[in-house]
Amino acid sequence: MTLVLVGTSHRLAPLEVRELVALDRRQAEEVAGELAGDDAEAVCLSTCNRTELYLAHADAAEAERRAAEMLSRLAGLPEGELVPVLYRLRDQAAALHIFRVAAGLDSLVPGEGEILGQVRVAAEIGHTGPLLDRLFRQALHAGKKVRAETAIGESPASISSAAAALAQQVFGDLDGHAVLVVGAGKVGEQAARNLLSRGASISAVANRSVERAEELAAKLGARAVPLDGIEEELEPVDVVVSSTGASGFLLDKDAVARSLPARRGRPLFLIDLAVPRDLDPAIHDLEGCYVYDIDDLEAVVSETLAGRQGEAARAETIAAQEADRFKAWQASLDVVPAIASLRARAEEIRAGELARSEARLGTLSEHDRKVVESLTTQIVNKLLHLPTVRLKEAAAGADGGAYAKTLRHLFDLGDDASSDRVEGQ
Amino acid sequence: MAEALFWAALAAYGTAATAYGAGFRRPGRLGQLGTWGVRLGWLLQTALLGYQAADARGFPWTGWAGSLELFVWLVVGAYLIWGCRARYRLLGVGVMPLVTALLAIAYAGGGTSTGHEHRYSSLFLVLHVGLVLVAFAGFTLAAALSALYLWQERRLKRREASILRVRVPSLANLDELVGRTIVVALPALTLGIAAGLVRLAWNGGGFDVLMVVTLVTWAVYGAFLVLRFEAGWRGRRAAYLALIGFALVIAVRLGLPTAHFS
Repeated sequence: MTLVLVGTSHRLAPLEVRELVALDRRQAEEVAGELAGDDAEAVCLSTCNRTELYLAHADAAEAERRAAEMLSRLAGLPEGELVPVLYRLRDQAAALHIFRVAAGLDSLVPGEGEILGQVRVAAEIGHTGPLLDRLFRQALHAGKKVRAETAIGESPASISSAAAALAQQVFGDLDGHAVLVVGAGKVGEQAARNLLSRGASISAVANRSVERAEELAAKLGARAVPLDGIEEELEPVDVVVSSTGASGFLLDKDAVARSLPARRGRPLFLIDLAVPRDLDPAIHDLEGCYVYDIDDLEAVVSETLAGRQGEAARAETIAAQEADRFKAWQASLDVVPAIASLRARAEEIRAGELARSEARLGTLSEHDRKVVESLTTQIVNKLLHLPTVRLKEAAAGADGGAYAKTLRHLFDLGDDASSDRVEGQ
Repeated sequence: MAEALFWAALAAYGTAATAYGAGFRRPGRLGQLGTWGVRLGWLLQTALLGYQAADARGFPWTGWAGSLELFVWLVVGAYLIWGCRARYRLLGVGVMPLVTALLAIAYAGGGTSTGHEHRYSSLFLVLHVGLVLVAFAGFTLAAALSALYLWQERRLKRREASILRVRVPSLANLDELVGRTIVVALPALTLGIAAGLVRLAWNGGGFDVLMVVTLVTWAVYGAFLVLRFEAGWRGRRAAYLALIGFALVIAVRLGLPTAHFS
């Protein structure tokens, strides 16, 4: 069986093309089923950044043809138009690709964690057999290993996630921590949702237009308060997110200082996403108060993205090691029929010789007969052990096919098409 | 036997200190090696202390070197409660080199011998020395946590762009752990001091300088808890107070061989 990958991703295809071939879970399952047919294994991985078809088939060219035709049909475009945005990979190159994808190395933001779940789902709904099952299990293993042994997936990749990660540096788990959102625009909402996703609760939304405040508050499960009431809201909250279009400061140092005695030492983390700024930077000088504006957050994101790139080199090494392991496993499959034939032949000879000696062994007791059975089996196993190990080792190299052929010739084991394939790799 | 256990424990602590130092910027194998070094070293030192206890007549760690050895064991034991978590490995960068050095100093100061039979009863020594050392181990850990708090808080105040690159516990967690550690350690110190005072009342004798400094230490940590729960002292101020208390702990430890039990 040859492993074939045909696909397209954000690296080659613009969004207009990617959205033509983007599939939901049900469609991906149907596509995998149709591609697999009766003679192949198939998995369809479709995310917003990629649609990739993985096939295991005895005929690589036929598998590529089927996959390219399927993508062309899904896109509603002639195959010729899709060619420039498609990539076609086989065997180890295809394996390395899916390991890199699972590790997040082929993502827009290196190390993002969502892709690992998407790879898992693709495998679950795919039509897998021995080869693709092993490939995707190993891909998930590679993805987990990269995240466990490198820091590639730890850093935030956006302003709002950086703000939430910094709030966690102050408070730890955000469960039970209250947030005041000042401004009802998209930016503030995005930051608030990021905090919500990490366990925080939004206690109030303040905005110049009370209607818009009420609208956002309803979405976030919070109260709406007027913009001039934010000082009174400071005492119970732990995080303030501000992103209004106001031309001056909405909160100054004195206002925050007045709220501090009632807070009894609880820290206050203030995120200023507005330009011009909503929060007086002097608030940062107060004990237990931390103000981060858009420039500070951008600096954190840039730094962490640089860190991700650095970790990516270590992650690439892990993906490459996994691809080597897969190659060795796949190559060993090619000599398995030869090994199985050899063992069957040896067992046939052993059983035949025992049967021929039946007359002479007839006088033996049942116990002695079992001893002879066991002894002959052990001799056969010991004789075949080293050739089996050596053949599997050779399979990983260029000579695997030649060894398998020689074995078949020496022991007259007959032909097996799959054993010759390693030579051609 | 004791020598072999000592050197094995020292090697394991040393390995942990080196691994933490080399690997604190990156999660993965170095951090794991450090944690296993701490675990193995602590088990080996436990075996060493057990061997010494079986070999000695009475409480074996009354001498300066012996009490330092016991102190190291208690500090590592306390550290192990949190140190196995990835986020607290940074604490190991400070704690493990310190305990490795202290264990080496303890060896230089008295080897692995268990000392002579003491004029004090074993029960008194277990209560007094044991409890005071438990408390001091707790205060040492609280000081390490406070130092980590102040370092991380300073990075947040300076708005360092690389702040998320190094995995550190949150300020709230560190502050909470400092408080909890002192809540456990202070009663141990109180009982240890009480045992000493009871013996003093029965047998007679006056206060030495070390006892006075120990009482001041007790007052500082007592004030820490009162201010924390009554006046809301948390964060930076609480961390500084824990470090002041630890400076007194160091003074007591350094003064122990000359000013007390002499």
